[in-house]
Amino acid sequence: MTKMTLREAITDAMRVEMRLDPNVILLGEDVAGGRGGSGGEGEKSGGVMGLTAGLYTEFGAERIIDTPISESAIMGAAAGASLTGLRPIAELMFADFFGVCFDQIYNQAAKFRYMFGNQKGAPMVIRTMIGAGVGAGPQHSQAVYPIFAHIPGLKVVVPTTPYDAKGLLIQAIRDNDPVIFCEHKMLFAEEGEVPDEAYTIEFGKARVVCEGNDVTVVGIGRMALLAEKAAVILSKEGISVEVIDPRTLSPFDMDTVLDSIEKTGRLAVVDESTPICSYASEIASIAASEAFSSLRAPICKITAPHTPVPAAPNLEAAYVPSVERIVAEVRKISNYKSKI
Amino acid sequence: MQLSRDDLREAYTTMKRIRVFEERMRTEFQKGEMPGFVHLYCGQEAIATGVCMHLSNTDNIGSTHRGHGHCIAKGCDVKDMALEIYCREDGLCKGKGGSMHIADLSKGMLGANAIVGGSPPLAVGAALAAKTLKNKAVAVAFIGDGASNQGTVFEAMNLAVVLKLPVIFVYENNGYAEFTGIDYHCGAVDITTRSSGFGMPAVKVDGTDFFAVHDVMREAVERARSGDGPTSIECEALRWYGHYEGDPQAYRSKTEVKEIKANKDPLEIFKQKVLEKELMENVEFEEINSLIEKEVDDAIKLALNSPLPPLSSLEENVYESY
Ligand SMILES: Cc1ncc(C[n+]2csc(CCOP(=O)(O)OP(=O)(O)O)c2C)c(N)n1
Ligand SMILES: [Mg+2]
Repeated sequence: MTKMTLREAITDAMRVEMRLDPNVILLGEDVAGGRGGSGGEGEKSGGVMGLTAGLYTEFGAERIIDTPISESAIMGAAAGASLTGLRPIAELMFADFFGVCFDQIYNQAAKFRYMFGNQKGAPMVIRTMIGAGVGAGPQHSQAVYPIFAHIPGLKVVVPTTPYDAKGLLIQAIRDNDPVIFCEHKMLFAEEGEVPDEAYTIEFGKARVVCEGNDVTVVGIGRMALLAEKAAVILSKEGISVEVIDPRTLSPFDMDTVLDSIEKTGRLAVVDESTPICSYASEIASIAASEAFSSLRAPICKITAPHTPVPAAPNLEAAYVPSVERIVAEVRKISNYKSKI
Repeated sequence: MQLSRDDLREAYTTMKRIRVFEERMRTEFQKGEMPGFVHLYCGQEAIATGVCMHLSNTDNIGSTHRGHGHCIAKGCDVKDMALEIYCREDGLCKGKGGSMHIADLSKGMLGANAIVGGSPPLAVGAALAAKTLKNKAVAVAFIGDGASNQGTVFEAMNLAVVLKLPVIFVYENNGYAEFTGIDYHCGAVDITTRSSGFGMPAVKVDGTDFFAVHDVMREAVERARSGDGPTSIECEALRWYGHYEGDPQAYRSKTEVKEIKANKDPLEIFKQKVLEKELMENVEFEEINSLIEKEVDDAIKLALNSPLPPLSSLEENVYESY
């Protein structure tokens, strides 16, 4: 066990898995830290967020591949190589950039297994950064995971803790289907204990962050962390909250959520993404049909508004669900009295 | 040099305005009060200035993440820009966009762009509108060397040639795409060779020399306005600072930065040429310098003392009506 940040856990997952499997390669912009130019050879940095630090030095230019700014080619090359013997990790620096390379993900990699009659899937991982919080504006701050989760053939991972990030990333690399691995930029500095060796966490298994009896709160990605903070505040008011971090959205562990609702009778979903056709809507709709008889209050969706992410810091703060908002909304449903 | 005294004063004023604005952005950003990222234009002033002096408000430009210089050269008010960079209510985009999204459609500035390769297709669209509306307007896409590798850029160039559109692709080759050098990231001999492969005239100029940029741009604009289609101009440029402010630049030798600042300062090069030919006097430069210093200082002060957008604006302007 070593105490490390989520950033370090991600780097560590790639490092340990690349040591074990020579067919794992990494492609992306500046992943080798800057080739060419006047700086001379050798690694200069681990990409813009330092996530690939040390990998070029250890694995060299054949496996840590700095690419031009050509996301369609990066995603497509990863997909093609994954059909023909490699297990590529392709880095899409900001998830917002999926817009310039979606065909290779959506019409190509996601569909190979089904469209080709199960000859092979695309064993590739797209590591990508999501989320608001740094004032980077509408094209660098979105939580676009529901767009990926919507697509049959893709798996979608949204880790919250360093431990989960490492285990889920190794699972993603070993998985035989394409995985979108969403890294929230506001979680990179989160710390936690992480085993040194390689380990995996099964997809479709939620983590119960804290147990409770009154309200079930599902927090997607970073929102699980905020929900946990809200639970501490609410417990002082005598409201006992069970927080669930789904860890993967596709596949999704609905059983854990349904079991919890059976106990609490109340559900809130906290989702940093926009509300229409969202993952919050998905969870709410399944709960409404499958836990109908257990529910004692309306299902509450706590999401961003149906707007782009604004750059202004005060608007951005209002855009992202906050601990205060979670507390207020959960309080409301826990006080709800049926009129029937 | 066919430029009038007024033209020369204007050119220097614009370059100086960009320089002072960006140097100030740099020190202000370091104070930690500015949201998001800023990408500074210092070292590339002669390009935006030499290009945009040929354009009027009805001509359009598409810009990049490194867009402050393009905005200034296209006539955006530095007060309105500073307000936007600080995400204030009265900013050009009401604080919704920030540094990487400054736009001023009234000036033909179609937006800085946080998506690399995002604006060349938009500039092609502006040129298509100009051709269709027969209004003689031209469009310019500013494109980094790194962006030159984006599929959208290839598609935009080909479409412009196929439709013979009045658009000019201005490549600002500052040698780096973030941390990666062009000697690594560009497979062709250079950007110019690649552009000419698309079937358009393609030239390369020294992007630190305002006069060189201004000259080739004149020809390109004439060609575009007379219906002869697109041109590619590769400006060899130098980026004075990091990719973004705060970038430690470990990928770059320290001497490179020192040398370019000492020997390839576009403002100094301009001044030398103009003084040599006795077209402007030293006092004129000094006069402009102090005017600009004050203008930029006023803009920053105004921005810092202006309110953020009201919370009620969060859900406004997603649509006209909904
Ligand atoms: C589609 C897309 N990919 C990657 C990025 C991240 N990024 C921002 S600027 C940049 C480098 C751009 O280099 P260049 O085009 O040479 O412009 P310069 O920064 O030198 O002005 C990169 C990779 C982005 N914003 N958009
Ligand atoms: Mg560049």
